Amino acid sequence: MTFYSPVITNAAEVAQSDKLHLFRYVEDANQTKLDTYESRGGYSTWRKTLTSRKPEEVIAEVKSSGLRGRGGAGFPTGLKWGFVPKDSPKPRYLVCNADESEPGTCKDRVLMERDPHAMIEGMAIAAYAIGCHLMFVYIRGEFGHCIETVEKAMQEAYAKGHLGKNVYGTGYDLEMIVHTGGGAYICGEETALLNSLEGEKGMSRIRPPFPAIEGLYACPTIVNNVETLTSVRYIMERGAQWYRSMGTEKSPGSKIFSVSGHVKRPGNYEVELGFSLKKLIYDPQYGNGILGDKKLKGVIPGGASTPFLTPDQINVGLDFESMASVGSMLGSGAVIVFHEETCIVWAILRLIHFFRHESCGKCTPCREGTGWLEQIIYRIEHGGGTSGDIEKIEDICENILGRTICPLGDAAVMPIQSAIKQWRDEWQYHIDHGKCLVPTRFEFK
Amino acid sequence: MILNKESVALMQKKASQYPRRKSGILPAITIAYRQVGHLNDQMYREIAKAISVPYVEVAEAATFYTMFPKQPTGKYLIQVCHNISCALLGADSLIEYLEQKLGIKKGETTKDNLFTLISVECLGSCATAPMMQINMDFYENLTCTKVDKILEELRAKA
Repeated sequence: MTFYSPVITNAAEVAQSDKLHLFRYVEDANQTKLDTYESRGGYSTWRKTLTSRKPEEVIAEVKSSGLRGRGGAGFPTGLKWGFVPKDSPKPRYLVCNADESEPGTCKDRVLMERDPHAMIEGMAIAAYAIGCHLMFVYIRGEFGHCIETVEKAMQEAYAKGHLGKNVYGTGYDLEMIVHTGGGAYICGEETALLNSLEGEKGMSRIRPPFPAIEGLYACPTIVNNVETLTSVRYIMERGAQWYRSMGTEKSPGSKIFSVSGHVKRPGNYEVELGFSLKKLIYDPQYGNGILGDKKLKGVIPGGASTPFLTPDQINVGLDFESMASVGSMLGSGAVIVFHEETCIVWAILRLIHFFRHESCGKCTPCREGTGWLEQIIYRIEHGGGTSGDIEKIEDICENILGRTICPLGDAAVMPIQSAIKQWRDEWQYHIDHGKCLVPTRFEFK
Repeated sequence: MILNKESVALMQKKASQYPRRKSGILPAITIAYRQVGHLNDQMYREIAKAISVPYVEVAEAATFYTMFPKQPTGKYLIQVCHNISCALLGADSLIEYLEQKLGIKKGETTKDNLFTLISVECLGSCATAPMMQINMDFYENLTCTKVDKILEELRAKA
């Protein structure tokens, strides 16, 4: 079977498991069709929820499942929904965040391209829980194939009465709009996303008010990630108790990890939270070890904005708490692997170039700081580093951290700070000798 | 008029779905880009008129999003991801290979106006690196042989 994206998944393993669920059908090209989806129980959870459960029961179920946001921040989903004011006369909105753009992350794309109805069903359930009658999915503009697939799935769902006026004869109206973005990383941040959806430049907003109180068009709005909403569909199907049988006490459930970089078998793998990072990288079922059997140098465990881990730190569980305990973050679950021949200055230059490009320009520390950082790191990488540069970088980082409206500023400095902490001698060598301590030339075959 | 009737009708239809017309700006920009292949000031004015929003709001949004080229490109816009996951698997040498194959430097367009080569930030294909996007299509798990074939096919189609 051929797919638009040839990405590897562990669908076969998931199909054998009675717990893992997100990837069960992603190796079956028919899964995008409504008939196939329905024949596998699709939309029956939405129907059952709408016809027999109260919105507050849905919120309670999701709360007790312990589901935490899969977009990066890990905020408890049910708790977030509970912030929507019960007595507000304004319309409420649900926005599915499909602006996937954290470097290393490529999981939401697979869910949308290969199982779009599961996301739509999860969105419908979430919309009902918060009393929303118009929901949006904000898909990043470059994902042309994803956009087409989701639009087609949405039209099928409308045609069969899963969406639209008077859904299942309950009197509940639910409309959906597929909104396409303009490829800006910042629009993955929820308030910037809402500005972008309103037709503004994608710049973040000062909180409070939080979107649950004043979001889209100043109305109560919930923004959830694709994987989060897809998980909701399964939680409502099989119950919070079942969901809690996976993962850890504080990080229940399963999650998709995108493994990329220097591994033999890059791909998207659904595992229970708390799964061993080491196993994800080395097990033949997953990453299958380091490319060329070289030594591991470091890992970014949760997308480009999370601190590096060194080889002695990878014997750790992939859950929010364990990641924090080793000084990093679970983030979006994008595991980027670096082997021994990667120059850390070179790698950081890539990342800071990205953050500079993606800084929306609203907050001075981030707008100016990311530019200064790139200039200094560029100079070091190209042989012009001077003594005092490392300290200057550290100083700039400290003056960005915590001083911006949204987390982009923090995201830009955290990998830099950890890279200096873990490999300071390499930075120093670069400055003293004007060149890399290790060769960095990755050939394309 | 640069925008054709179909584009204008599509923009108007899309904008009317939102509670506020202004939300139709980004979709309209996308529709215009897909028709023409780039954006310019004249198009901002036409979009503004089509969906009844101020010109400045269209121009503001359009210039914020780097996904839309602001000047004409070749028939095929090749965008190679140079972000970390792709870079670890040879994105730099992929760009060099394309430069050599096409006889242009990054940022340039071939003389026959067929190909423009640029590099871009992460496109969410990290586990199928290295990759490139050509117009609206993604090409993943690239190798020299694959690149040769893709360019050949595009040339034949042009």
